[in-house]
Amino acid sequence: MSLRKPWQAVALAVFALSLTASQPAPAQEAKNQYVPLATYRVGAYASSGIPVWAGAIDYFRYVNEVEGGINGVKLFWDECETNWDVEKGVECYERVKAGKDGSPVPIFLPHGDPISKALTEKSVADKIPLVTLAYGRTETIDGRVFPYSFPVVFSFWSEASSVINFIAEKQGGKDKLKGLKIVTLYHDSPYGKETQTPLAHLAKTYGFEDIQVPVPHPGNDQSAQWAKIRQLKPDWVFLRGWGVMTPVAIKTAAKVGFPVDRVIGGIWSGSEEDVRPAGAVAKGYLAITPFPAGADFEIHKKLKEHILDKGLSDLKDLKSFGSVYYNSGVNEAIITVEAIRTAQKKFGARPINGEEAQWGLENLNLDDARLQEIGAVGLQQPLKLSIKDHEGGGAGKVLQWDGAKWNVASDGWVRSDRELLLPLIYERAAAYAKEKGITLRSEAVN
Amino acid sequence: MSFFVETLVGGLLAGVMYSLVAIGFVLIYKASGVFNFAQGAMVLCAALTFVTLTENGLSFWLAFLVSLAIMIMIGIAVERLVLRPLVNQPQITLFMATLGLSFVIEGLSQIIMGASVHELDLGILDVPVEFGPIQLSQFDLVAAATAGLLVAVLSLLFSKTRIGISLRAIADDPQAALSVGIRLQVLMRIVWGVAGFVALVAGLLWGARQGVQFSLTFVVLKALPVLIIGGFTSIAGAIVGGLIVGAGDSLAEIYLGPLLGGSVSTWFAYVLAVVFLLARPAGLFGERAIERV
Amino acid sequence: MSSSAVSEAPAEFAASSATFLHAKPLAAIFTGALIVAFFGLVPLLGNDYWLGAILIPFLIMSLAGLGLNITMGYAGQASLGTGAFMAVGAYATYNVLLRLPELPLPVSLLAGGLIAGLVGVIVGLPSLRIKGFYLVATTLAAQFFLEWMFNQYGWFSNYSTSTSISAPRLVLFGQDLNTPVGRYLLTLTTVSVVALVAWKLVRSQTGRSWMAIRDMDTAAAIVGIPVAQGKLSAFFIGALICGLAGALWAFAYLGTVDARSFNLDRSFQVMFIVIIGGLGSLIGNVLGAAFITLLPILIDHVADRLFGGAIDAGQLENFQKVLFGALIIWFLIKEPHGLAALLGRLLRRLQAIASR
Repeated sequence: MSLRKPWQAVALAVFALSLTASQPAPAQEAKNQYVPLATYRVGAYASSGIPVWAGAIDYFRYVNEVEGGINGVKLFWDECETNWDVEKGVECYERVKAGKDGSPVPIFLPHGDPISKALTEKSVADKIPLVTLAYGRTETIDGRVFPYSFPVVFSFWSEASSVINFIAEKQGGKDKLKGLKIVTLYHDSPYGKETQTPLAHLAKTYGFEDIQVPVPHPGNDQSAQWAKIRQLKPDWVFLRGWGVMTPVAIKTAAKVGFPVDRVIGGIWSGSEEDVRPAGAVAKGYLAITPFPAGADFEIHKKLKEHILDKGLSDLKDLKSFGSVYYNSGVNEAIITVEAIRTAQKKFGARPINGEEAQWGLENLNLDDARLQEIGAVGLQQPLKLSIKDHEGGGAGKVLQWDGAKWNVASDGWVRSDRELLLPLIYERAAAYAKEKGITLRSEAVN
Repeated sequence: MSFFVETLVGGLLAGVMYSLVAIGFVLIYKASGVFNFAQGAMVLCAALTFVTLTENGLSFWLAFLVSLAIMIMIGIAVERLVLRPLVNQPQITLFMATLGLSFVIEGLSQIIMGASVHELDLGILDVPVEFGPIQLSQFDLVAAATAGLLVAVLSLLFSKTRIGISLRAIADDPQAALSVGIRLQVLMRIVWGVAGFVALVAGLLWGARQGVQFSLTFVVLKALPVLIIGGFTSIAGAIVGGLIVGAGDSLAEIYLGPLLGGSVSTWFAYVLAVVFLLARPAGLFGERAIERV
Repeated sequence: MSSSAVSEAPAEFAASSATFLHAKPLAAIFTGALIVAFFGLVPLLGNDYWLGAILIPFLIMSLAGLGLNITMGYAGQASLGTGAFMAVGAYATYNVLLRLPELPLPVSLLAGGLIAGLVGVIVGLPSLRIKGFYLVATTLAAQFFLEWMFNQYGWFSNYSTSTSISAPRLVLFGQDLNTPVGRYLLTLTTVSVVALVAWKLVRSQTGRSWMAIRDMDTAAAIVGIPVAQGKLSAFFIGALICGLAGALWAFAYLGTVDARSFNLDRSFQVMFIVIIGGLGSLIGNVLGAAFITLLPILIDHVADRLFGGAIDAGQLENFQKVLFGALIIWFLIKEPHGLAALLGRLLRRLQAIASR
């Protein structure tokens, strides 16, 4: 190989590096609010991620275009590709954490359970709240120990508890749970194991039999697990999958003759992307979610009029409008925007930094009236956060797949037994604080 | 006992699905001496092409033929652009090149055909039918028959036809084979074309099982121990290896899993493969290389 | 058709690194300048992003590359168990730090490395009987088994809820190293010390017997080189270094880690580093690590600058992936002996100009 060519390449690379290294330094007062988005548009999970950012971006655009920003402060964002990979996620976080064009970072959305775990401590040092909607470590609910982690709306413990309560609803009361056999088929990862503790506790409380069956990653063959389930003959299967594991589980359930309307998917097993590949046999499959599907919510009418119909949507495939994952993006964006809005009330109508956004989140109060104004009644549950409670909601709706779309199968929001589980959560948070030597924040700083 | 039989049969049937992927590896290894890691990407690409075509209104067979043509073209392009320039490089370099290739194929497929998940309905029922004590589905039978047919046809191709004989000649002594007038490049194209066909068949069956999506590329991880046990160069070995791995994984998950904490099938097949290798260092059916000092 | 694979690593690799050494005065100046720059200037000038997200992982991956290069580039025993060795190093160091808190940090790190080395010897045992690509396949068993083991048994992570581990403390001589600069200097020091030891080692009797085994183990056995001992010592040293890299990855880079960070992809990455950098070359590991860890980030930054907003983000990401894959293939075709050979040629040319 001639020496010249590769060195030209190296020279080009060095040039390009200098190009990127010389960031323009904006000294002027920023007028717009920066919101970085960690996304995964390539890799195994891209199909589930793409509608999420579309929902978030469409809502941000709507806030900018129609409402003129948050009290006049417009939002701007850029994307950083994480591949759903921890190392790349950390790189993205480090890349964006200093802010952009003079605007600080109010909130970081890690989009990935492992990434959020890796950032737990870094975010405290940098004072940037991590908002993890329906994922992340459950005990970070305790803001006294985890000041910058916000597993808002629906933690994994609440997910498990709501599923049990839905089963009780179907069986005709919590007393009917006694003696039931409930199998949890889980993705064998920290995410998948997260519900073992609460389920064991609930099983003891209500007297059902809790059987845990792991599926190794990626879960594209589950013949052994379902042979076992067929032998166990459980009353219900709680399916906590991720990626390809869910459609394969539904298909294999059908293949061994287990009724799919007795399978309840978890939050990350309950999207259109999860059931469509399973085809016709998925009809009747249930799933719990904090972001129900549907394109008829008030906010969707506004999004359609101002964003989709004007060709401003980030969606490439418009049939995903109103899908579970699209709506999760809308929900996430609503919380982000409302947290910034709350913080602005105290700190003024200007771009907010992480520390201020933490205050905004901890004082966030999305009551029915506010949800009505946004147009998110039914899409988002009432949400009130505090230092001691970084989750706030704790309820989900159970949807049922009818072969073409999701319909709500539960009686509205199914509440979890938070009062039963919170003491356990605080106990674990306290144990973490002790191990790490963290002094608890007082609850009364506000 | 019947539960044992059921687990065993389920495992064997799953193993057949692994074999389908493994056959693609064996073909290319036999011809080019490359462990082609991009086979997983080819399976994804084939299935994605097929499903995109049918979603755009093409009939099954037309879509099949067009996909096949595309896969053959990809195979030929890979042979020409990647493998030929790397001829005589150590095997591990070739392997790494196919890893790079898998990035290219995955990326291009998704640029052209998008990252969404697709349903692939081959019209074969995948619901249980009782055969005495065991349960089978129509789909299982089709998959097993397809694998059997592929092995039969490919074995004939390699043992009886001119192509097969030439291939064996090249494997034995490339210099001598070339000097007696065997056209290496034509042969390579044929083999890569056949590998593309195998990828398409595997892609369709796997795609029907789990949907056509990126994770189709993960099937490679299960095909690896199949190859190690069966030997990199034996098509029959791919089937036998597949059955061993499938049955071993299922039984281990059921009987060993509860003792060790579950998910043992992530490594069981590989450990099994090491045990086999220690007994037979070139796999069950692989050819032992003779080293000259 | 080449049937035995990796053990055939051409003698040319050795030649290319030898060429590099011939350029001694230049190399010495070069190295000196590097030391000043990396120890002195970088911590002064670098910000959190450069230190924490770019340089630290880059240095650690060079170290992992060095580990695999000992096993594979010098002794000819290819392995895809690198990720597993890194995991052993990380978890072992964690447990030593946790359970023997009185030990100073360097001792804990070394202890973690030694445990990884011992695991490496066990994983290397099949190399006494199996060769070439089948040997690579056996190392995969270790990769999958160990990843599973750390994920499965809570003891290794002190029963942390997420089976992930995080450094209890990073203190050396009373200095808290838990700042970006501290973690950077810890990493850089470890990498430099290990590289120096490795440099001595590959030039020792051990190193020469490794290369003899690589070039033709049957012949090496005939002339009286202890082949089994050589192969296993290469696995031991290689895994030890990878173990150190894993511990740094966990504590100096991410801060918290679970076994999935050391999955098969990590093993592939390190293998890329060694092959693209140059088998049997120490400087090649640094170059290879630059290619594998820095190039994608560079492509990403440049693509964002040039096309950000103009092209659909998903297409842009996929395009970057294609470009990276194509660059790998292109380099393997154009420079199969790795970037080290390229650097060697450049230095030779510079020397020729200088001596003119």
